[in-house]
Amino acid sequence: MLLATLKSLRSRKLRLILSGMAVVLGVMFVSGAFVLTSTLAASFDNLSASVYSGTDVAVSGKAPVAGGEPDENSATVPAELVGNVRAIPGVEKATGVVSVSGARVIGSNGKVVTTSGPSRLGTSWSGTADLRQLRAGRAPRAADEIAVNASLAAAAGVEVGDRVGVLTLQPKKTFALVGIFGYSGNRDTIGGAQEVSFIEPVAQELMLGKTGVYSAIVVKAAPGVAPEVLRDRLSATLGDTYDVKTGKQLQDAAAESFREALSFFNNVLLGFAGVALFVGTFLILNTFSILVAQRVEELALMRAIGASRWQMIGSVLVEALAIGVVASVLGLGAGIGVGALLAYVFRHVGNADLPVESIEIPASAVISAFAVGTLVTLVAALLPALRAARIPPVAALREVAAPDRPLTRLTVAGALITAIGVTALGIGLTGQGGEATLLLLLGGVLVTFTGIALLTPMIARPIVSVLGLLFSWSVPGRLGRLNSARNPQRTAITAAALMVGLALITGVHVVLESATASFTKMVDTRVKADLIIAGEPGGDSMPTFDPAVLDRARQIGGVREIVGEYGDIAMINGRPSRVNVVTDLAAMTRMLPLRTIEGTLATLPADHVVVDAERATELGLRAGSTLQVRLARGDVRTMTVAGIYADDDVYRVGGWILPAEAVHDFRVAQPSFGYLRLAEGANAAEIRKQIDALLADSPEVTVGDRSAFIAQQSSQFDTILAMIQLLLALAILIAVLGIVNTLALSVLERTRELGLLRAIGLRRAQAMRMITVEAVVISVFGALLGLAVGSGLGAAVVRALKEEGFTEVALPWEQMGTYLILAVIVGAFAATLPAIRAARVNVLNAIAHE
Amino acid sequence: MPTTTTGPPGAEVRQDATVAARAVDVWKVYGSGEAQVAALRGVSVDLGRGQFTAIMGPSGSGKSTLMHCLAGLDTVTRGEVYIGDMLVTGLGDAKLTRLRRDQVGFIFQQFNLLPTLTAQENILLPLSIAGRKPDRDWFAQVIETVGLGDRLSHRPSQLSGGQQQRVACARALVARPDVIFADEPTGNLDSRSGAEVLGFLRRSVRDYCQTIVMVTHDPNAASYADRVVFLADGQVRAELYAPTADAVLNTMRRLDTDPVDTSQTVRA
Repeated sequence: MLLATLKSLRSRKLRLILSGMAVVLGVMFVSGAFVLTSTLAASFDNLSASVYSGTDVAVSGKAPVAGGEPDENSATVPAELVGNVRAIPGVEKATGVVSVSGARVIGSNGKVVTTSGPSRLGTSWSGTADLRQLRAGRAPRAADEIAVNASLAAAAGVEVGDRVGVLTLQPKKTFALVGIFGYSGNRDTIGGAQEVSFIEPVAQELMLGKTGVYSAIVVKAAPGVAPEVLRDRLSATLGDTYDVKTGKQLQDAAAESFREALSFFNNVLLGFAGVALFVGTFLILNTFSILVAQRVEELALMRAIGASRWQMIGSVLVEALAIGVVASVLGLGAGIGVGALLAYVFRHVGNADLPVESIEIPASAVISAFAVGTLVTLVAALLPALRAARIPPVAALREVAAPDRPLTRLTVAGALITAIGVTALGIGLTGQGGEATLLLLLGGVLVTFTGIALLTPMIARPIVSVLGLLFSWSVPGRLGRLNSARNPQRTAITAAALMVGLALITGVHVVLESATASFTKMVDTRVKADLIIAGEPGGDSMPTFDPAVLDRARQIGGVREIVGEYGDIAMINGRPSRVNVVTDLAAMTRMLPLRTIEGTLATLPADHVVVDAERATELGLRAGSTLQVRLARGDVRTMTVAGIYADDDVYRVGGWILPAEAVHDFRVAQPSFGYLRLAEGANAAEIRKQIDALLADSPEVTVGDRSAFIAQQSSQFDTILAMIQLLLALAILIAVLGIVNTLALSVLERTRELGLLRAIGLRRAQAMRMITVEAVVISVFGALLGLAVGSGLGAAVVRALKEEGFTEVALPWEQMGTYLILAVIVGAFAATLPAIRAARVNVLNAIAHE
Repeated sequence: MPTTTTGPPGAEVRQDATVAARAVDVWKVYGSGEAQVAALRGVSVDLGRGQFTAIMGPSGSGKSTLMHCLAGLDTVTRGEVYIGDMLVTGLGDAKLTRLRRDQVGFIFQQFNLLPTLTAQENILLPLSIAGRKPDRDWFAQVIETVGLGDRLSHRPSQLSGGQQQRVACARALVARPDVIFADEPTGNLDSRSGAEVLGFLRRSVRDYCQTIVMVTHDPNAASYADRVVFLADGQVRAELYAPTADAVLNTMRRLDTDPVDTSQTVRA
């Protein structure tokens, strides 16, 4: 039995390779994710070990504001403390350092140099003794001199001798670049971070807000003193006010946060793997179903000569297992390649300069590759195997025309499964799932897809027939159309592969489009500001601009009023919360949709706050209630609620609004937004030009009208879309495999028919066109399904997020049209090989073989 | 029976004047070197227009190969094949396709209907592939002759074997090809359905002057033909005109028992 199975496996190599490809892709992404993560993590461990080699213990201040974003430690240690630390027995050396992120260099192109995650550090120059190595120029000695690390110099396009603008806690300041440095081990950067080094007082002033403080004290232990011992001693002496950690602890924390950053890539790769494997399941299911259908006689003969049902099931599953194992091996190999390639890309393109010394292949990569690869294949082959077992022995003796099996059972099952999936989605979306929300959502989507895939055979025949009408003007077209409606299950599953990918993409598109539409509508109808100053969201720190711009803009003729908005994180009643300051609350209420519910928004005296209704309800606040507020600087203070406003839109002003003087205790005392209202008949274009000129030294922000503002704020979706397009490419690749596979098998199955058609005069080109029409009809069917399901899913998500301000459901018609056209191209492309094969059918062999 | 083995003088003249298909010293060799097998060894035969010719012979005699070569489905190793005046040998695929489309019709043992099309659509398929409009009257006449009037909207799976083969016959006839090649058309039918189909083929030769070449190994089927050509070991061994089933059977027996001698006598 096993021998027969393996022999039949060998005789169908090509078909099985095609269907196995999807599994290979899926396994590739799974193992690639593991290889990449552990390779990078291992490299990072090496790196951070050397970074912290000179640090036995570090002393830093405890942050007054913990958690939230930006997750910046604004705590400082006073300079006097360095002396105290030095006096403690066991301390050989103690150095005060400044090293804080938020130093943004303006490149030679006038734009701020960005990173894709790593910090933009501003530091105090502390010599080149341990880690830093000067590459060019010299160390900064004067207040207007800086040195930068080599990767930053390259990214900014600056050289020693250039004048370089830097944004810090203060607006743009220009420095002379006197030195470019690297790090030990000939590195240009440490894990992609940018570093600007000032002389110590300047670093303190610009990065910490005042001189005489450090961000940390680095301690070197005397010989024979264990870092842990020293840490405990320091901690006991200095008291609770300071954090004392060993270099090892810092190294572990850094590695931990690096792993967290990596987990994003990991999740993206695993997401791709999930899609590939899920779609691959359909592909394998289809291949095995067709193979079983084609081998009815052979299988029945086996039954007739005494094979048991279990042996039939076994024979199909052994085939599946063999494919699964082969696909896993190939996928693992490809995954190691992909992981290595991405690690390389990460190092060189991402400018991270991570020394990748060796490619790590963790056991988890190997185990998951085989587990996932074989399991998926086996599960997919289970249904066809059961079907094979049901073939009656008598089928070997008489030609049993495969009857159209009634689709009722399938349809009922499909409806049931869809209902379960939708319910799970519903629970997840409405936020009743609690901890399991993500699981409910993912599971809900998968189960829904499966259910819909089961429902598709029922609708395949009518829809495909209608679609095919488009091609019915020619004989090959008509034949192709009839062929595609011939086996609705086969057509449906093939189309389902494309459906899944397109549905996911369309769903995300719908959500993003709806977000944009809701935002646009809100801004258009509610925001009364004529010009808005804002920067692109995203990045490690909020874009800001020079507060002086606000004052100068007010002087421009035609500007009626202007409001600046500052943002930070503060502790309110012990919880980290986002807080804002607006320079003129009364003007703000005239330009933005703030509606007073309680108290007043007209004025905001010192030590008063206003808050939105949602937060007020949550904390049980009324006008007149008091709160404990601790800002990034300064002590805890008691504030009184002056007013409560309704803010029920996607564009949130930001909850807590504090009086203007609170800005001085913000970490960054620079505004992020500016809203302007112009006088009647003022020349907006002219005023915009003048404000543009004022913003010359604030390259992170631009001024624009409402539509420019909308476009700018929506640009953050582009990254998500780029990711989604990658997913689309993958889904299409697998869909092409599926269509090629199905058509190749169909061509094989219909050799005799093709021979007949050729015998009675069908030209080769016509035969090819017939196959192409079939493929295009299938892929367009899949695309339509995908667009429909994706729109439905997207719309459901948008509806569920109504409370969050998603007021509009918008469909991305343009992209949906593009996807449909793409489906036509994909179908035609996938048809190429099978069509050539069909055209090459030897007429004589086809009709003469009995 | 010497009288039946020699063709009547009139028939000779008709063959020369109007030949629907002709094989001239056709050889068909499969394989190469040691494994060479010659399926046809110098076959020359003229198939008269308006005649119902049966090609007979035991299995492996080369009768199917001869038909495939005559129909342009297979290439010959040596020699020439003509359909009408046209030299088929050496034609490319495009020209062969056109030849099959316009000048040749086929009837197969396995019916070979398209399961997705109705009977009527199957019948009209060659015309629609060629982009020709069917002649309504002729179509009606063909349907009438094969007796399928009430079955036109059925799919092949809803028809009996005999009905399916009649659809196949109608498909071959409706394009009015120069010659119809039928490969064991009754091989898959019971004797009654077979007789119906054969009667229908003979009628279309008599009434509509259709040329039909049929390969068969059934003496009874061959007896419907105007002329029987006997093949053995890849060579023409005998011919009969206006045969009866008994005469065919006798000739077959003779070929079986005395294969070499008879070849000379019947060629006369």
